[in-house]
Amino acid sequence: MTEPLSMENRTTCEISFTVNGESKTIRAYPIERLLDVVRRQLGLTGAKEGCGEGECGSCSVLMNGVLVNSCLIPVLQANEANIVTIEGLAAGAQLDTLQNAFLQCGGAQCGICTPGMILAASHLLNNNPGPSLDEIREALSGNLCRCTGYIQIFEAVAEAARNRATT
Amino acid sequence: MTKDPIVGVSVPRKEGRDKVTGRAQYVDDMTLPGMLYGATVRSQIPRGSIKKITFGPGIAWDEFVVVRAKDIPGKNVIALIAEDQPCLADETVNHPEEPILLLAHSNRHLLPQAVAAVSIEYDPIPAVFTMEESESRSKIIWGSDNIFKAYSVQKGDVDGIWAKADHIVEGEYRTGAQEQLYIENNGMIASYDPQHGITVWGSLQCPYYVHKALMSLFALPADKVRVVQMETGGAFGGKEEYPSIIAAHVSLLAMKSGRPVKIIYDRMEDMASTTKRHPSRTRHRTAVSKDGKILGGEIEFVIDGGAYVTLSPVVLSRATIHAGGTYYWPNIRITAKAVATNTPPHGAFRGFGAPQSLFALERHMDRIAQVVGLSPVEIRKRNFLQQSQTTTTEQVIREPIDLGQFLDRALALSDYHAKKQRFEKENEAGDIRKGMGIAAFLHGAGFTGSGERYLASVVGVEGCANGKVRVLVSSTEFGQGTNTVLSQIAAETLGLPYENVELAQPDTNEVPNSGPTVASRTVMVVGKLVQSAALGIKQTLMASGLLADSYSAEEFRAACNSQVSAHGKFISWAHYQAPPDVFWDDDKYRGEAYAAFAWAIYIAEVTVDLATYGVTVNDFVALQEVGKVLHPVLARGQIAGGVAQGIGYTLYEKVIWQNGRMQNGQMTNYIMPTSADLPAIRVFFEEMGNIHGAFGAKGIGELPMDGPAPAIINAVEDALKVPFNSIPLLPEDVFEALSSDREPQSTGGIR
Amino acid sequence: MRSNPSEYQLVAPASLQAVVSLLAAEPGAWLPIAGGTDLMVQYAAGKLPARKLVSIWNLSELRRIEVLPDEIRIGAGCTYTDLREHQTVQREFSLLARAAAWTGGVANQNRGTLGGNIVNASPAADSLPALLVYEADLILVSVRGERRLPYREFHTGYKKTKLAPDELIRTICIARKFSPYFAYTRKVGARNAQAISKVCIAALGRRGGDVVEDIRIALGSVAPVPIRLVETERLLLGQSMDSSLLAVVKKTAIAELRPIDDVRSTARYRSAVVGNLVTEFLEKLGSSEF
Repeated sequence: MTEPLSMENRTTCEISFTVNGESKTIRAYPIERLLDVVRRQLGLTGAKEGCGEGECGSCSVLMNGVLVNSCLIPVLQANEANIVTIEGLAAGAQLDTLQNAFLQCGGAQCGICTPGMILAASHLLNNNPGPSLDEIREALSGNLCRCTGYIQIFEAVAEAARNRATT
Repeated sequence: MTKDPIVGVSVPRKEGRDKVTGRAQYVDDMTLPGMLYGATVRSQIPRGSIKKITFGPGIAWDEFVVVRAKDIPGKNVIALIAEDQPCLADETVNHPEEPILLLAHSNRHLLPQAVAAVSIEYDPIPAVFTMEESESRSKIIWGSDNIFKAYSVQKGDVDGIWAKADHIVEGEYRTGAQEQLYIENNGMIASYDPQHGITVWGSLQCPYYVHKALMSLFALPADKVRVVQMETGGAFGGKEEYPSIIAAHVSLLAMKSGRPVKIIYDRMEDMASTTKRHPSRTRHRTAVSKDGKILGGEIEFVIDGGAYVTLSPVVLSRATIHAGGTYYWPNIRITAKAVATNTPPHGAFRGFGAPQSLFALERHMDRIAQVVGLSPVEIRKRNFLQQSQTTTTEQVIREPIDLGQFLDRALALSDYHAKKQRFEKENEAGDIRKGMGIAAFLHGAGFTGSGERYLASVVGVEGCANGKVRVLVSSTEFGQGTNTVLSQIAAETLGLPYENVELAQPDTNEVPNSGPTVASRTVMVVGKLVQSAALGIKQTLMASGLLADSYSAEEFRAACNSQVSAHGKFISWAHYQAPPDVFWDDDKYRGEAYAAFAWAIYIAEVTVDLATYGVTVNDFVALQEVGKVLHPVLARGQIAGGVAQGIGYTLYEKVIWQNGRMQNGQMTNYIMPTSADLPAIRVFFEEMGNIHGAFGAKGIGELPMDGPAPAIINAVEDALKVPFNSIPLLPEDVFEALSSDREPQSTGGIR
Repeated sequence: MRSNPSEYQLVAPASLQAVVSLLAAEPGAWLPIAGGTDLMVQYAAGKLPARKLVSIWNLSELRRIEVLPDEIRIGAGCTYTDLREHQTVQREFSLLARAAAWTGGVANQNRGTLGGNIVNASPAADSLPALLVYEADLILVSVRGERRLPYREFHTGYKKTKLAPDELIRTICIARKFSPYFAYTRKVGARNAQAISKVCIAALGRRGGDVVEDIRIALGSVAPVPIRLVETERLLLGQSMDSSLLAVVKKTAIAELRPIDDVRSTARYRSAVVGNLVTEFLEKLGSSEF
């Protein structure tokens, strides 16, 4: 359930952006964190707050095709942007190759880092379809996982890369 | 019936799809109509009495809900083991960050300023911050002697061995606090109405712990308190006992306001005010023969419990029982105590005392090896427990474990001997030094001794009219695979497709108390009960003639449908039965401490960079015997994750204390390993079975936490030929040791 | 999240001109925010004193890189990713490309800007030692026009700079003359990624035979501002590199530092590591082709 906005309109602003392919227009305080707008106003709770300081990456989204920590973005700066959250990755019931690979390889345990981790991996594979292990490590170094020790995450990304190459 | 095995296969994680699509519902993803947000006003001093509370200017206080200790309907106590920890401090505070007041408002953005505007005047009392100061009793801060709990284990005749010893080896070893650092912070939502009582939803491990605490706090009967676990983003013990406190807080605010209330901690608050792993100090004194046999020894072990008892006695218990490790001690005296300090209480964290005492032991074994002139391999082989020998608590090792052979396998997997030879040569020159280190250890699964009997766990399996099977347990999923593995067990037992079984959401209105999700007991103990309860379903249907010996899923559905139509809800219950040959003496602290031990040998390869004094783990072999692997991907994931936390515990994660308060409570300054810091963690299993565990499984959740620290530090000493006896070991500590000849103390950062 | 968003104003003028006009209209009242990787952390912690912010994110005048024959001009609004991906920066200014690669993880590199790193003026900032050895110039802009000053002179004390209240950094200019130099840089943090540096070194050197023709060594996290090791450089210039010189150099380098104990590390450790890394740089310079 999304939170209703109860605030004085004179200090809020109108933001128009595309989120997971849909045009949205909302009102928010300009410095409100994109993370909070996405979670509370749009009801897209896949992005998480793990640290509020841009260290853990669990708030990661794609903004104009580029991986960013949404907890550090004032929503005014997302005006007219193209935002993709984890909810936008699957095409209906058909999961993305990364999502399937994470399921197959044990890349998700408690799942809290998973949305951000998958988006970070997606960003990597979009720019580098055949990454080495070192490249995977580096690309995910801004996403902290406390459960997996990363091993099966790397394997999931490598598996997804292979699957994308053969489809 | 399904012929393909389900147990032993890496079936899809039950809630996996929700997790990879972002649909999984964690507590902060949920909102209730009319919900308020809560915040906690906490002590700024470590110890003192509260003189005056003032609600400062600039805040519309009439819009806020305010809760104080006097608003607590029942006992102002968080019920756990003792009754010393208040839910809200009333007249005195005993640690920084202790909760004093609660506030709530519909606009969460107004809370931080409101919290800051509450000013509290204290009369400070001198506080105690170290174990040594607590032991000295120069100030008594708890009870009559600052001791929460003490244990003494005696086996054989310790006093008589010193005269016979060729060597007497002494050592002191220390471990620091560690933050669980689950990526999802603690949080709870509560609602209250006089008819239904309290309902809480939250991130938690043990619904019935919370249930019990709330009953006492609110003087409500069991059916007026309902606790529901939501998807939980990591726990590691950090959500074992602490959630009772937040649950109490939101419930109080909900009761006072008549509205639902949510409290979610931010990272700073979570780190500063919730539980951490107990810091420890171990002193070993060991009598050894000239051919390296342990004749006996004394182990003195202390943990810092923080300001209140909470779970310290249980952590101490496990540490005590594991202190002798995988070796045969013909004579031993272990004296252990948990002492009070004015810091936020320390609590459960994966391993639960065993990582602390096993670190000391495995470091000490390398020291013994040096004194006697044997290799780390040989000293262990000469002292390993063998089948039919007894542990320090005189538990007979009944299974045919051959630890010497086990060690050989680990050595082969890690290429130990060849690497050691190569490193000896390579270390003669250049700017890096490499080393290899071994840790041999064990971990007892399930509650200690009579603990499981005391828990008296109950499990239900329900056969639904539509043929689906629901497993009813209070065991929670928080990444380790509870939903998946317990479903596998039920499905295989019933010969049904895995897809036809699911776990009910842990909701105290719906599921029985199968005990807390701790102590590596879920698969082994609860799983076995699930197996029994599932068998009960089958037997009932067969006894009623509704099911033949062999049946299809459709026939099962028809049988359940008939059963439910005739008799209503169809649930088979299983109650924990203590194994008849497992006997534990709580007074003498002797006997069968655990129904099963998992065994492990971990081997670390490290590189020390002499330019930066940084230690990197390059390769890590984790070999363990676990009874039976029920789900290969999940099992491997557990070990890899535990090793990663162990590497963090050893080389990266330092809590910096100042006057009892954690100073580095942000992810920028409390350092856990990233993907760029960890080596390939190579995981190997052996399976010897376990009659006390479902399908022969032993618990493995905590095992991987016990080995990394000593394996790594043993490797660092191998690389540098300088001993380190304290963790975490930071580059600053390595530097200090290398730039002086004396025994290093941990120094990095400000104290 | 410890701040109340309703208490803050944030505006996003469409052009650089509009931004500097606003800064001139109320000098010191508006705090520029680019990628937000520093300021939004402060905001979330409830520690951002400013209440009026002006966004300079993605202004085209600031987010461009111009390659001229003699110098490269990097817009202050370029992100670390922009730097990493730019061919000329990779080829000719590897110290800057490397620094960009180890500042935070990918998500922070996509938002953090070079100008922000400079203005935030943390002594631990990763790109600043590189700018010192490259002897970058800054072009500052306001309604009063532009002025160019050597980056070396920009920091006046801990987190204090020469930026006037109505000014922005517009461009960072670096001469294109460093390809013939041996480049060395290392960052020492608490872990391999996402770490604030305990010590950060950037160094350039050029030898003529055995003799040091040019030498520049800069360090972060060992003083209130990033520093060049002026005395050490003076000692080395024109000398031939031998082991006795290295020993003296190490001591001189350490003596130039003003490191502290803080939550991340100790002064003694920082000094020792600097000594080791300076030695490592010189040994590598000695055996390099440069």
